Amino acid sequence: MLAYIVRRVLYAIPILVGVNLITFVLFFVVNTPDDMARMHLGAKRVTPEAIDKWKQERGYDKDLLWNEKAAGAGKFTDTIFFDKSLKLFALDFGRAEDKRDIAHEIRTRMGPSLALAIPVFLVGLAVNITFALLMAFFRATYLDFWGVVLCVAMMSISTLFYIIGGQYIASKIWHLVPISGYDGGLDAAKFVILPVLIGVVSGIGSGSRWYRTIFLEEMGRDYVRTARAKGLAESVVLFRHVLKNAMIPILTGAVVVIPLLFMGSLLAESFFGIPGLGSYTIDAIQAQDFAVVRSMVFIGSVLYIVGLLLTDLSYTLVDPRIRLE
Amino acid sequence: MTPVVLATDALLWLLVAAVVIYVLYCRRRPHLAAPWKRVLQSNAAVASGVVLAFYLLIGLADSLHFRAAGSVEVRSLLDQALGVLRQKSEKTYSAPLATRLYAKEQIETPDGKHVRDFPRLRHGGVHLQEEERKAGDVLVRALAGLAAAAVLWALVYFGSRPLARRYPQVPFRAGWLTLGMMAAIAGPVAALAPYYHVLGTNQVGQDVLYLALKSIRTSLAIGTLTTLVLLPLGIALGIMAGYFKGWIDDAIQYLYTTLNSIPGVLLIAAAVLMMQVVIDRHADWFPSAAQRADFRLLVLCAILGLTSWTGLARLLRGEALKLSQLEYIQAAHAFGVSDARIVGRHILPNVAHIVIIAMVMDFSGLVLAEAVLSYVGVGVDPATTSFGTMINSARLEMGREPIVWWSLAAAFVFMFVLVLAANLFADAVRDGFDPRVRMGALAV
Repeated sequence: MLAYIVRRVLYAIPILVGVNLITFVLFFVVNTPDDMARMHLGAKRVTPEAIDKWKQERGYDKDLLWNEKAAGAGKFTDTIFFDKSLKLFALDFGRAEDKRDIAHEIRTRMGPSLALAIPVFLVGLAVNITFALLMAFFRATYLDFWGVVLCVAMMSISTLFYIIGGQYIASKIWHLVPISGYDGGLDAAKFVILPVLIGVVSGIGSGSRWYRTIFLEEMGRDYVRTARAKGLAESVVLFRHVLKNAMIPILTGAVVVIPLLFMGSLLAESFFGIPGLGSYTIDAIQAQDFAVVRSMVFIGSVLYIVGLLLTDLSYTLVDPRIRLE
Repeated sequence: MTPVVLATDALLWLLVAAVVIYVLYCRRRPHLAAPWKRVLQSNAAVASGVVLAFYLLIGLADSLHFRAAGSVEVRSLLDQALGVLRQKSEKTYSAPLATRLYAKEQIETPDGKHVRDFPRLRHGGVHLQEEERKAGDVLVRALAGLAAAAVLWALVYFGSRPLARRYPQVPFRAGWLTLGMMAAIAGPVAALAPYYHVLGTNQVGQDVLYLALKSIRTSLAIGTLTTLVLLPLGIALGIMAGYFKGWIDDAIQYLYTTLNSIPGVLLIAAAVLMMQVVIDRHADWFPSAAQRADFRLLVLCAILGLTSWTGLARLLRGEALKLSQLEYIQAAHAFGVSDARIVGRHILPNVAHIVIIAMVMDFSGLVLAEAVLSYVGVGVDPATTSFGTMINSARLEMGREPIVWWSLAAAFVFMFVLVLAANLFADAVRDGFDPRVRMGALAV
């Protein structure tokens, strides 16, 4: 087990190096720092001095990959690639455009993001499984048919409309919760409850339809026929046998997204003014703050790889047939 | 009048040509036509197909561009057909079918006094002598439109009756019903559109109906052109990985795990931001604003394709891995058939159903993604009309007092119908093509 984990972590390194190279090429080779400076400074104030100053302030005035002028190891370490890309591995993210420390921002913004993402994840999982079970229990009846129709219809609505519509009805017409904002501690609940609700509702369509197919696939298996042949009631078959076995693909499918919950939700956070990592990312994209976008890309990839590792480990926990070696 | 061929126009029409060739090719081969026949037997497929055909017609009419003599502006066939809508812009917001603006202004009365009131619109309902008769006028025009739509619908109905008798297994009823419902909505709207702003006007006074119709092309372009990048990459890399195995498999797997591990929106955002810098730097590449916006649309499609081929490649890798173990492929190897021939003659046709399913399934997701990306600010050019830019510019209107709901409502309805139809059609295609469904192994 431990050997497996160590090997997987070692496998992750080349992938992270690849991610690093892709971001490096995207941010520094496709466009030179000069182009970025020109875009940031705007067309009017572009003078060679202003560009040099902009680059110097951000540490973009070095050589890309190889510094001829430096001595010894400095040839490699005193470059943009080392400074901006490789240092990400040490979780040294540098500073954003507003001179704030990105690592510090990430630490403080993680809380609000999780306060929104964890309830959405847990409640959503429970709701989707319940709906899917209901549809599977009433399969091939009108209830099932209209359930699937409802799912497809709900899938066809853009998340943006769920958010705009929900915000309008709950906050503006019914005045139940504040329109946007955030507060620490227990006060967070009143700000978070509506985004959580919207997050859960917008996920029902695709989620429960997907789980329904898993349940139905499981119901076609031999052990289900055996259970029925033993004379077990349909509800016992469904809840005791099918549910347990269907939880394997459902849980392992859900595990992969758990680490990514840290990243927060881009849309919900920016609409509801929750100061999490999702809104941080959106603000950075809109302000074209490349340092922040680069850091978030890196963190996202690390979390995804952690998720893959957790998925494999969770298989062994929920399914005794699988052993890792 | 000189025709102007934008890059996306050319590619869209190329795609249409490819589909036509594919249909003709399938017609003469019963084994290729069989799954499509199964698709056409489903009510949902026929009904959603009619809706999609309507959207496609509008999108394609909007993809024939030309420059009128003595004008610098690039227009499309759809612009020409909707000429009245395009030119009839008001000062600012006006509600659907309104005759007056939505905001009070200082108006000078004929006797020289200044009052604050809602001014009359420049175009909406100007033909009315007395505004009180608006309701009657709207009703009469709507009924006339409905009657014209009914006549057209009856023509189609009686025209296609012989076809329905020839293909009794195709549920024509579903198609006629859908067409009837669409005609019942489109008829009155078309009759009212020249005289009123049927869906109101937006902040800068543009007709919302016109914007919604123009958005269709952007959605279709994103949903279809992306596959032009996605398919070659996904097919080539997926099959190569599964067929050749060894280090090729390792390299391709490494490539798609790496790409996959970057959060989608962020990768797209980073790529779009970078391309934006390139576009800004090379302003001289684009003779007109339309061409620049078009290039950005194309780049967005390419980026979406480059970031989303991994799913298809993984599916095809698994399938190719499975197929290459089968006896007939082993036999082909033993006979000394070249790898290229085995892939072309044996593997590719056997994974074609996966490719087709993936292609139609991706469409609705891409249309939804465009809206989100445009909202985030990394979607289409702000000058391009799309559902995303419509929502983006309308998102603050819900906070206004009294609220302005029609822009969002129009974007919602047009998008919902398109995505719903695409989803239903994709489901029907999947059911028709998936061999597991046919053999009854999957209890759906």
